[in-house]
Formats: sequence, C-alpha cells, structure tokens
Amino acid sequence: MDSVINAQQIVNGLQLGSIYALIALGYTMVYGIVRLINFAHGDFYMVGAFAAYGAFYLFNAYLGSGGVLAFVVLILAMAASAAIAQLANRLAYKPLRYKPRLSSLVTAIGVSMFLEYLFSALPVIGPNPRGFPEIIPKRMFTVGSAEISNYVVIDITVAAVLMVGLTLLIRRTALGKAMRAVSQDKDAARLMGIDVEKIISATFLIGGAFAGAAGLLAGMTYPRIQPYMGILPGIKAFIAAVLGGIGNIPGAVLGAYIMGLAETFATSYNSLLGEGIAFVILILVLLVRPTGLLGEKTADKI
Amino acid sequence: MSVLLSIQGMSHYFGGLKAVSNFNFDVPEGVIYGLIGPNGSGKTTAFNLITGIYRPTEGRVFFQDREITGHKPFRIVHQGIARTFQNLRIFGNMTVLDNVRVARHFRVRSGLVSSLLRLPSFVREEREVRDEAMRLLDIMHLGGRAEEQAKNLPYGELRRLEIVRALATKPKLILLDEPAAGMNPKEVADLMELIKRVRDDFKVTVFLIEHHMKVVMGICERIKVIDFGETIAEGIPAEVGRDPKVLEAYLGRRGA
Amino acid sequence: MGNLRSSRLVTVVAFALSAWRSRRGNLPLPRLLTVAVLLYAVIQLLSRTGILNGYFMIIINRSLVFVILAVSLNLINGIAGQFSLGHMGFAAVGAYVSGSITTLIFMYTSEQVASIGGNIVFVIAIIVGGLAAAVVGFLIGFPSLRLKGDYLAIVTLGFGEIIRTILNNISVVGGPRGLLGIPKFSNFTNIFVFTFLTIVALRNLVQSSYGRALLSIRENEMAAELAGVNTTRGKVMGFAIGAFFAGVAGGLLAHLLQIAHPTQYGFYASALVLIMVYAGGMGSLTGSIIAAFFLTFLTEALRVGIDQLRDRVGIPVGTEWTMVIYALLLILVMLFRTDGLMGMREAKLLVIDERKK
Repeated sequence: MDSVINAQQIVNGLQLGSIYALIALGYTMVYGIVRLINFAHGDFYMVGAFAAYGAFYLFNAYLGSGGVLAFVVLILAMAASAAIAQLANRLAYKPLRYKPRLSSLVTAIGVSMFLEYLFSALPVIGPNPRGFPEIIPKRMFTVGSAEISNYVVIDITVAAVLMVGLTLLIRRTALGKAMRAVSQDKDAARLMGIDVEKIISATFLIGGAFAGAAGLLAGMTYPRIQPYMGILPGIKAFIAAVLGGIGNIPGAVLGAYIMGLAETFATSYNSLLGEGIAFVILILVLLVRPTGLLGEKTADKI
Repeated sequence: MSVLLSIQGMSHYFGGLKAVSNFNFDVPEGVIYGLIGPNGSGKTTAFNLITGIYRPTEGRVFFQDREITGHKPFRIVHQGIARTFQNLRIFGNMTVLDNVRVARHFRVRSGLVSSLLRLPSFVREEREVRDEAMRLLDIMHLGGRAEEQAKNLPYGELRRLEIVRALATKPKLILLDEPAAGMNPKEVADLMELIKRVRDDFKVTVFLIEHHMKVVMGICERIKVIDFGETIAEGIPAEVGRDPKVLEAYLGRRGA
Repeated sequence: MGNLRSSRLVTVVAFALSAWRSRRGNLPLPRLLTVAVLLYAVIQLLSRTGILNGYFMIIINRSLVFVILAVSLNLINGIAGQFSLGHMGFAAVGAYVSGSITTLIFMYTSEQVASIGGNIVFVIAIIVGGLAAAVVGFLIGFPSLRLKGDYLAIVTLGFGEIIRTILNNISVVGGPRGLLGIPKFSNFTNIFVFTFLTIVALRNLVQSSYGRALLSIRENEMAAELAGVNTTRGKVMGFAIGAFFAGVAGGLLAHLLQIAHPTQYGFYASALVLIMVYAGGMGSLTGSIIAAFFLTFLTEALRVGIDQLRDRVGIPVGTEWTMVIYALLLILVMLFRTDGLMGMREAKLLVIDERKK
C-alpha cells in the first residue's frame, strides 16, 4: 500500500485541486451574492476549453506554440466563458431574481443542459471527444520520487496568480467592497447606493472567467475535450465549495485542494472509490458540518 | 389553582449573546397570563424555548408536572401546548379549512395504507375531522371562508385563523405571540373579546406576549414584565402598572 | 383466442358505459374508474384494429411509465416541498431488483410454468422492486431532515450518481453493459393498470390527512411542526412513497425494454422527469400526467422530425437537438410560466368530493 500516498500523488492532487479551485471560486462567489447554485457553471468551464481549442487553431499560425500563444488563448478562453456566464445571468437568471430560489435552480439546470446539448448538436463541435493540442510543448522532469511536467507548474501557477488577483480585488478595490456588501445584505447595499445588478454581473463575469481559465488548463492537462466534460468537475468543484463553506472564498480554495488530493488518493486505491469520493465527502460534510469547514452558522429568524 | 406551565432557571444564549436570562415563572391553570417587555427583551425567545424550537442553554420547562425541556416541537404540541406566531405563519396555498385540518392530523388514528385505499373507516374519520374543523371555523366566524385559499384572506382574519389552527390541536395552553400586532382599535377590541372566549369556551389557559398595553392591562389576570432578559416585575395588572421600575423601563420609554 | 379476447373487451366497454350512464343506479362505479376503463378499451380497440400501430403503442407505454415517474416525483418535490434531483436513481433500483428477480427465476423455469405463473411472478417482482426503491428512498430521506432546497438537490443528485456508479461496477448485473435478457412482461394492459393504481393511490394520499400534513411541510415547516405534524416522519415518508412508485416505474420499464442500463438512469433522465413536473405544475397530479404524455410524444415527434430533416432534406442535424429544445422549453417554462400548466389545480376527475354521500 505504499503507493497510496506518495509525492507523485500529492503533486497530481494539487494540480487537480488547482483546476477545481478555479471552478469552485465561481460557484462560491455566485452563491455568496445571489444564493444560487449555478448548475451551468461547469459548462462555462467546458465553453472555456472549447474557446481555447478554437483560439489555438486561429492563432497557431501567427504566434507559433509557446508562451505568447498560451497567454492569448488564456485570455480568450476567459473572455468566452465570462461572456457566456453573463449571458446566462442576464437572460435566464435575472428575470427570476425575486422568485422562489428553486425556480432559478431549475432554470440553471436548463441552462446547463442547453449548453451541453447545443455544443454536441452543433456540427462543428459534435458529441465526440477530441484531442486537445499541445499549446506549450510538454516537458517532464524528476523531482525526488515524483515525475513532474511543466504543466503541473503552469496549472498551479496560473491558479495561484488568479487567486491572488481575486483576493486583491476583493480586499482592495471599491468593486470588491461592494461585492462583500451585497453578499452580506442585498437590501442594505442597495440603500447605500450600490448598483446591485452591476455587482451581480461583475460576479458572473469574474466567476465565468475563472471557469474559462480552468477549462484551458484542464484541456491542456488531460488533453481531451467534449461537451459533457463540465458535468463532473462542476459537481466536484461545487462540493469543494460546500466543503469549504459555500459563499466563503478561502473556503472554496481549501475545499478544492482537499477534493483534488482526496480524489487522487482514492482513485489510486480503487477507481470506484475515486468516482464516488466526492459524494461521500459531500454527504459527510452535510451530515457533520453543513456549514462547511470555514462557513459561518446562520440563524433562522423566527 | 394548580400550576400548568412551570419554567425554572431558564437561560438561553445565541453565541455569546444572552437572549433570556434566568427565567422563573409559573403559569397557573385557567388564567390569561401576560408577558410584556420592550423589543428585544427575550419574549419571543421564551416562547421558542417553551415550544421546543430552541433548546434552552440552562434550565427546565415543566408542563402539567412533566418535564418537556428539549422535546421536539410537535411532541410538545401533542402534550397540549399550541401557539401562534408574531409574523403570521399560515399555509398560504392551502384552503382555510385545510389549514385547520392539518392541526388535527396527529390525532388521526387511521394508518397510511387505509388512507391510500380510502377504507371506510378512514373516510369516516376524515369526515369527523372535517366537521370538527368546520365547527371551529364557524365559532370564529370564518366558516364562510372555509374553501378559500388562505393567502387571500385579510390580515385580521389570518390572525384569527392562526388562533383557530392552534385551537384545533385541542391544547390546554395556548401561547399567543403579539396577537394584536398590526390591528386597528376596533380589531383590538374584537380580539380581546375573542381571547376571553377562547379561555372560557375552550377551557384553555392563555399565555400571551404583547406590546399593546391596553390589551395586556385589559384582559390579563397576571402579568410579568421583563427587560433585557430579566424579570423586573410580576403580579396582577393593577400592581404592575404602578411599579416604578416598569414605568421607567417600559411605559416610560414608550411614552417618551 | 383473438375473438374471445375481443368479445371480452366488448363486455368491458358495455359494462363501463352502463356504469357511466347509471351513476346513481345499482352499479356505482366511481367516475375515475369509469373513465379509465373507457380509455383503456378505446386504446385497446384502436390497437386491435390496427389504427394505432405497434410503434404508437410503444410510445403510449413509455408515456404511461413517465406518468408514474412524474406523479411520484411530484409527491416529493411538489407536494412535500422537498427537492429531489435523483428520481431516476429510485427507478434504477426498481428496474435492477425486479429485472434480476424475473431474469433469475425464468432462467431456470420451463416455459409452461412461465406461461402459467409468469404474470404473478412479474407483479410480485415489480412490487419487490418498488419496496427496494422505497427503502433507498427512506435512507435518502434522512439528509432531507437537515437540508433544504438547493443543498438537498445536490445530495439527491449525488445519490443518483452514486447508484449509477455502483451499477456500473457490479458485474453480476452486467456492469456498464447493463442487465440484459429481462423477460418481456410489460404490456399495455399491465402498465395501464399500474399507472391507474399509482394515480389513484397518490390522489387518495394527497387528499387525505397525510397529504395535508405533507403540504403543510411545504408551506411552512415550522408552522407545520407547531400544528403537531411530525415533519421528520412526513418528509421521510414522502421520499419513501415517491421512491416506491418510481421503483415500480423502473421495473415496468425494464420489463418493457428488456434491458436495464446504467445510462438510462442518470442525471439527465432525472432532469427530464423534473421538467415534466415543472411544466405540468408543482403539486398538480393532473399537470404531471398531461406533461408526461405531451413531452414523451414531443420527444418522439422531434426525433422523427429530425430524422426527416436529415434524410429527406439533407440538413445534417443530430438527435441532440431534441435535448436542446427540451432544455429551452424548461428555461422558457421557468421564465414565463413558473407555475406550469396547471399550477396547483387538479382536474375535477381527480378531486375527491368530500361532501358527497
């Protein structure tokens, strides 16, 4: 059983966790602001992967493969996912903002199905998996007992940079302050002159962009993409957000890394367990500590 | 007069915040008992502790000499305590009649299977429940509204419906959480009549929380005044009304 | 043989018609039963005479199975106000359990025995499948005690996926290939009877003291508790009963298609049933019945239309467009008709008149 926990798996787990973290942040931010489990969030990630794929073939000829191309592709993937997220927000979620919360949830399921099946129905995309190009040439090197590719470094670094950026945005900027205000009390924020809809839009844009980045990283790392690729990572990232305490940003990151590590270890032990570990974690969290690791207890007003 | 409800050393904290501190009181059987105090003085919390919505941090609750501390709310209802809510909690998308019939559910003896099959015994029992609910609604002048969706009723009638629903559980003690809130003077006068009738006709002990001094002074036979979770006066209305601490803490502040 | 059956059918129709006419006479058949018998007879006659061909009968059978799934999910989501996204997980339990039972029994039984006792074994297997699903539903009901709305949705979704994963990995029931060679016992008659019984049972439940207790939990859980309703028991009971009927539906489907496959019971199948419940109206059994029929037929129509577009017109469209339209439909229903077709209303036929007798 010495293979269950070793350096290699820790590295793989952190890499997977970085991707989950980028997705989980979008879930948790949107939930924090509008109290909606955005079921379609995993599909924004899928859209990002496809946008990256398209961008690669558009610009490959001009930019060659390497850092510049990768940066352009990253920006375009983030923009595409952000745009889709905002579109979904405006068209599908906004009209239901003050209806019972479950209606938005059901609508989100609809948006999710719509994106997945639309992508698999479109002749240029189709339902079959396709290989993802090597945007940056892959190199392997050995550190101690672990085989590490430069992709591990890229995934972890990109995620870290984006997360630091987000932290700064939330802590230091007026937008961040407004976001925190809206997440605490929408009505009070409105009375303070904050344009709540604008903040919600910004949240969807940022969350979408992060999912797009995750889509690119996942495409590069596990080089196959298809229209349904967002379902499972979406659910797992959501569970990671719940594990950390939904609505809580550091919690989402923590939960995502725990999830990435747990899944990697569980899979190496037994593939069935690997598939199911996320749900086992979810059920445990909800039974033992429904507010998550870093979540706060909320009291019902009676 | 025997003691119906007895609360002994009850305290409750939310986080570090003390909402109710060392409550001690006995509600005698058959009286109309009033608990008054300014906003945030722990009145509703006290009701929530008695009815099992919260579990007291300290202290014990006895009902008819049996301890009910920490029992689940529905069990406490089964033992004979019913309540209404300060902000109405009506089953809006059900008919007025069904609102009342829900409160009879726990007394239905027929099993699930006989309800699925609509066995004759079950149909008979359903009819009994219906008749009884209608009788209660008629007494409270809501009979004409029986088939209407509850959410369509005006405010005053909803307040009455909540009382009917509470009575339908056949309680020995009914807790009324600010029954006069939001009512005009005419409605308040009717309410006072109603509360007296509830006590007299249904032989129910009434325990109410109220802001409205007129109601409290007008119908309560015993009053307890609290402030910041602590008791500052207790007695019959005439005594309490003269208590300087009460005048300062409650009446004074309101009069200002 | 055919003649005998036809004449039996005529008798049934005559019986139903006379009952319809003499409601106050000596044949007090309830109206709902009368309508059901007539409906059954008409479809059966149309089918015998070949006006409704086998293809149509397949769609009707599927619709009926979806009626059971939709009304049973409505009990959980619409009546009891819980939120299950894993309804097909219950159906899977029913399908695999009942399918395994009949497959095993008839593997070692001669055909003569099968033809005599087959239907009894089938009915028992279906009910055992339903009970197995109910047990699972009972267990799933427990998280619902602590969780609300969206959290519960995720847990039930997770549960559905866990069931699917487990089935995918149990080789005795075929793993990813599915459980094959299930004997074909489901037919229009027995599916119709099960559907009818499900509707009647759920109607009786909803319009009884127990049903009102469930509704009160949906409306306001705390008020329900303080009206003496054991909300814990109510919620778990709602899940268990809903799961039972979903299990029955799964069993019927398995014996209709002669296969039970993990992919039939995934999240999107559950979402399909959810669409039916929302489109029909949360809390309205009538709405669920209509929506299940309408959407099953719509799926088929879309499939045919898409095939025509591709084969005749030459536009390269895939069957995925069916689901695209479904998804759009769901979004549009939620945006423009949140209450669904029927809201919370029921057709008169399904309302028990309490003042009668």
